[in-house]
Amino acid sequence: MTEMEFALNTFYLVLSGAFVMWMAAGFTMLEAGLVRSKNVSEIVTKNLGLYSIACVMYLACGFYLMYPGDDVINAYLPGMGTTWGISLAGLTANYDLGYSDAADFFFQVVFVATAMSIVSGAVAERMRLIPFFIFAVVMTGFIYPVQGYWKWGGGWLDAIGYTDFAGSGVVHLCGASAALAAVLILGARSGKYGADGSVTVMRGSNIPIAALGAFILWLGWFGFNGGSQLAVHTVDNANAVAQVFLNTNAAAAGGVLGAIIISKILTGKMDVTMGINGAIAGLVAITAAPDTPSGGLATIIGAIGGVIVYFSVVFFDSVLKVDDPVGAISAHGTVGVWGIMATPLSGAGAFGTQAIGAVSIFLWTFITAGATLLVIKAIMGLRPTLEDEMEGMDASEVGVSAYPEFSE
Amino acid sequence: MKLVYIVVRPSKVEVVKSALSAIKINGATLFDVRGFGSSKGHTSSYRGSEYVTDTNPKGMLMVACNDDDVPNIIEAVRDVANTGSIGDGKIFVNELTDVIRIRTGETGEDALLEKNDD
Repeated sequence: MTEMEFALNTFYLVLSGAFVMWMAAGFTMLEAGLVRSKNVSEIVTKNLGLYSIACVMYLACGFYLMYPGDDVINAYLPGMGTTWGISLAGLTANYDLGYSDAADFFFQVVFVATAMSIVSGAVAERMRLIPFFIFAVVMTGFIYPVQGYWKWGGGWLDAIGYTDFAGSGVVHLCGASAALAAVLILGARSGKYGADGSVTVMRGSNIPIAALGAFILWLGWFGFNGGSQLAVHTVDNANAVAQVFLNTNAAAAGGVLGAIIISKILTGKMDVTMGINGAIAGLVAITAAPDTPSGGLATIIGAIGGVIVYFSVVFFDSVLKVDDPVGAISAHGTVGVWGIMATPLSGAGAFGTQAIGAVSIFLWTFITAGATLLVIKAIMGLRPTLEDEMEGMDASEVGVSAYPEFSE
Repeated sequence: MKLVYIVVRPSKVEVVKSALSAIKINGATLFDVRGFGSSKGHTSSYRGSEYVTDTNPKGMLMVACNDDDVPNIIEAVRDVANTGSIGDGKIFVNELTDVIRIRTGETGEDALLEKNDD
């Protein structure tokens, strides 16, 4: 590899990482738009905080756990260490990876923040900041990196041939599994479900902001999937990157159409919030293998994701009575599983190993996240008082209302 | 003197305002209001779940006028705001004991709106 190739790959990776970082803005806007106006400042604060905690924890131990090299206990448990005081740029003297180690760190750190963002949407409007941030420390510093090691760090999932190009499982299913554990432990927003089984609709406060969030995520995903090729210095790599961009875009479009068409058929209206979830579902669905399908197949995989997310949202909300204000568990979890299982459609991975990957990522994250949250709950509780919840957490947690002229 | 509250569909506020101007009623106070009556609200859908909104939005114009103007106002409003469907709204007519113009201190009928042709 020449210095120019090394420089090109490094440049491509840091730029991709910057795109993925922008997904933090996407999640923030998406969640701000889909919660009620009295909790908007609070959810923005959660997103600012969780992103920053993810960056600190990944530097402290997360990156080392996820990419331990030879320092491993076994294929399931990485060794413990830190990259806190290490200049990562200096590690790469021999072009081993094909890009700067520091670029690798930067590209990976924004992924863990994405996984954590998924949790914040699901627990919106009813989880206090401090317990949420404590959970973010454990999630981004330990829970996410260990299962990340299983696949991307060279652990047992990688060894059995589990395929997950950019993380339908490692990032999205992981985040959604933690979100499900959190929602089950937290319970629903007060007033959401009546004793008689009735469902109270709590509408989002700002649809254009939610749509802006979806479009920002769509843009950021080009870095998420495109960057995961990790190289662009040869004709083969350049072609692969271009195909990944094409497929990522096609799947998102398919997801939107799948969701709004099924909404129109079933309710007579094209619910825009379902279209927003459809875009994300399409993106999550293609993330496990954005490099192998044709554009047409990618569109279909995304469209099926868009249909799945519609039914999943309704199923969780109305049948299981699991309160997920933004549909994060459906868009990232249910559709994440679909994305993992869809890779054999384009010849990547095998059905059995993909299922093992999905089940193991779910169980690891669900159990460890659940245990962590139960401990935090026992120590300090998770929810605001009923009075604070009714008043809105902008007042009780942040002290700043998002839209003062409407709410005061 | 009378104080007239005119409650109409939000889409009819502008035409009612114009109709009042046409009969030389050159002032009104406008409110965005919600209410229920013969029309009991409506059912909508959000993320696959139905919900009922049990009040409907209306526009309300408050007009202070001479007793003689009341029949003209009623006729003008009914001309433009009547769609023939439930939910067209109502007109409420109250006695008005006094009016004071803050700028000049005029009271009673002197403080009512000046007619353009005076």
